[in-house]
Amino acid sequence: MKPCEYSCRTAEHVVSRRRFVETLAGVGAAAVMPGFGMFNSAAMAAELTRTQKRMLVINMAGGLSQLESWDPKPGTATGGPFRAIPTSVPGLHISELLPKTAKVMHHLALIRGINTHEDDHGKGDYIMSTGRRKTPAQDYPVLGAVVAKSLDPGDSALPGHIIITPGGGGGRNADSAYLGPKFGSVVLGNGKPPQFSERQQGLAEEASSCANDLRRKVNDHFALRRRTAQTEAYTQSYEQGLELMKQREAFDITKEPAGDLERYGTHDFGRHCLLARRLIEKGITYVRVTHSNYDTHCENFNFHFEQVGEFDGPFATLVTDLHDRGLLDHTLIVVLSEFGRTPSINQLYGRDHWSKAWSICLGGAGVHRGAVIGATNATGTEVTERQVDGGHLFHTYLSALGIKSTGHFTVAGQKMPIADPAFEPIDELLT
Amino acid sequence: MPADPKQAHVAQDLPAEAPLMACRFDPTGKYVFATAEDRIIYRWDLASAQRTPFTGHDSWIGDVVVTADGQTLISAGYDDTLIWWPAAAADAPQPANKVRAHDGWIRSVALSPDSKLVASGGNDRVVRLWNVADGAKVREFPGAERDIYNLLFHPNGQWLMAGDLDGKIRQWEVATGNLVRTFDAAPLHTYEGGQQVHYGGIRGLAFSPDAKWLVAGGLHKGSNPLGNVQEPLAIRFEWETAKAVRNHLTEGTPNERIWGLQYHPEGFLIGGIGGGKGLLAFWNEAEEKPFHVFALPNSARGLALHSDGLRVATTHHDKKLRITKLAAKA
Repeated sequence: MKPCEYSCRTAEHVVSRRRFVETLAGVGAAAVMPGFGMFNSAAMAAELTRTQKRMLVINMAGGLSQLESWDPKPGTATGGPFRAIPTSVPGLHISELLPKTAKVMHHLALIRGINTHEDDHGKGDYIMSTGRRKTPAQDYPVLGAVVAKSLDPGDSALPGHIIITPGGGGGRNADSAYLGPKFGSVVLGNGKPPQFSERQQGLAEEASSCANDLRRKVNDHFALRRRTAQTEAYTQSYEQGLELMKQREAFDITKEPAGDLERYGTHDFGRHCLLARRLIEKGITYVRVTHSNYDTHCENFNFHFEQVGEFDGPFATLVTDLHDRGLLDHTLIVVLSEFGRTPSINQLYGRDHWSKAWSICLGGAGVHRGAVIGATNATGTEVTERQVDGGHLFHTYLSALGIKSTGHFTVAGQKMPIADPAFEPIDELLT
Repeated sequence: MPADPKQAHVAQDLPAEAPLMACRFDPTGKYVFATAEDRIIYRWDLASAQRTPFTGHDSWIGDVVVTADGQTLISAGYDDTLIWWPAAAADAPQPANKVRAHDGWIRSVALSPDSKLVASGGNDRVVRLWNVADGAKVREFPGAERDIYNLLFHPNGQWLMAGDLDGKIRQWEVATGNLVRTFDAAPLHTYEGGQQVHYGGIRGLAFSPDAKWLVAGGLHKGSNPLGNVQEPLAIRFEWETAKAVRNHLTEGTPNERIWGLQYHPEGFLIGGIGGGKGLLAFWNEAEEKPFHVFALPNSARGLALHSDGLRVATTHHDKKLRITKLAAKA
């Protein structure tokens, strides 16, 4: 793509030197833009990629029970059958369902005093995704879009906002609101590469190349008379698409050592965590992996045994690998849900929706390792210390990534706060 | 006195301090035992209703058995542990022996007909056999691909049946540890792809008194496991051929599952059913539908049959053990 002057000249289209360098690093652009000789060193690009901030979210869809994970209450009326086990952080105990995670807790932290006041799946998810309550008046971009917009290089060939789901065909979500479709999530259904990222069968490479050359010529001709941010975005999307096709291997975990697949597990979640590691290493800014399903109104303990047991190994392996590869200092990891589950156990051995006192786990970039923020009472029915809402969490994630959460995006001349101004980061958690 | 299920009525409410789970009568008929969510085993004297707690497990207790002489209670904990107790001890019974028997939940225990051996199984997918006298391990029966849910000895003591989450019932030879054959109760297992969960399993096992039939119970049609949408199902197998010959169903029970099965000495099958409701279903050998269903006041969990053939114990979430009498009210 040719460098150009944007006609609108808004702040969104000014590419800073820092961002430009990150761009080069993020997409291995020494190859894409050979004229930029000082960054031809692969080692330099690799180092820049390694130190770029990024975020990895594990979404425990349906509502992970805090009592069967991060805030166990064994031996109480609400505790259920599972015991608590010590972790690598002295004095910190988590559920016995997480023995491998317990060994890497010194890389992680817990927030145990969350009260999001919302027991509906969709609304709870919205709060955890946007840091705000859903209103009919305004839609807000999700965390992945905000992070991708704030950190991702502007001309990255790979999408900056990726969601790996257990099933589904893929596609692109309209979840970036006023940030525009560029930052909407690209879904890798069951960990498969993005849809339509392969040249169509029957279309020869030469023919495809000719078609693209023609498109470029027509675009250039049009741009001589009328050049706008929209036309540039249109042009860029094609060029990004082509670059994405070239880099399709980024999504192929068969390129990883076979032993790694064994370590992560050959089930869906294991494969998806390995893919997440690969994408993080490739410099993708925001990756979310969904693990399903925790909405255990019935037989909560059987299903948490099954699901958390599956989560534990791959997650601990992922944390360890990111640490060993020097990526954990630059990658914020968050394990979240839309809410927790009731302390009371119903007649089906189930736990229901519960937003009043629950927990998340996070670690890596910008977060004090081994910290525990907030507390609940003996039976987990109330927050007793440092209560926080989804807005606090949203500010905290951004701050941990070095994004000024009290800043704003300028959209069509209007200032839109990046995070809900009614909240602030959990400063004591941040390094 | 012969039992008359159509006269079933709750004859006794025995309260506890927490929601109750599994239950078992003492074979001598004096006591009934139940496990509770407070990690305690409660014993009630049926005559006086006096309650005695057995405290010693570090988690919930999946199952209990009592030896034929009524002297030894063996409990199976979700804390990996089997505990031997003096079943008839007067006050504050203390563990007589503890064996770390499994890696994970022990869901089921079964006694051999002569009460000399006890089998245990659970989430580590290995069945283990122990000497009742000293707690020594006799042998292991590996091979299950999912959690062991239910164990039962054949009345002749020669075979041990182990039912798992997959709906497989393996027949093991007790003396050698050899796998003899597998009964296929696959309809009792559901894998729900959308929710990505395995559900169901062998929740109840019962032999007919003449050992002609083996019946496995649980649930089917688990279209929404996390939301409690399924129906009860018991599958009757002919012992000789291991073929499933009949399903036993209930009607109008979209949120129920069988938690326990007992074969009555008079030849009918009893299902303890819970979920949205609490039911006792009574089936004859030849019929798919029950000849009688009795509604309990609360969702049922565990099921046990007294040696008099007239009293049925069920455990409930409302912290009560109920004794239902299969006879006209006095």
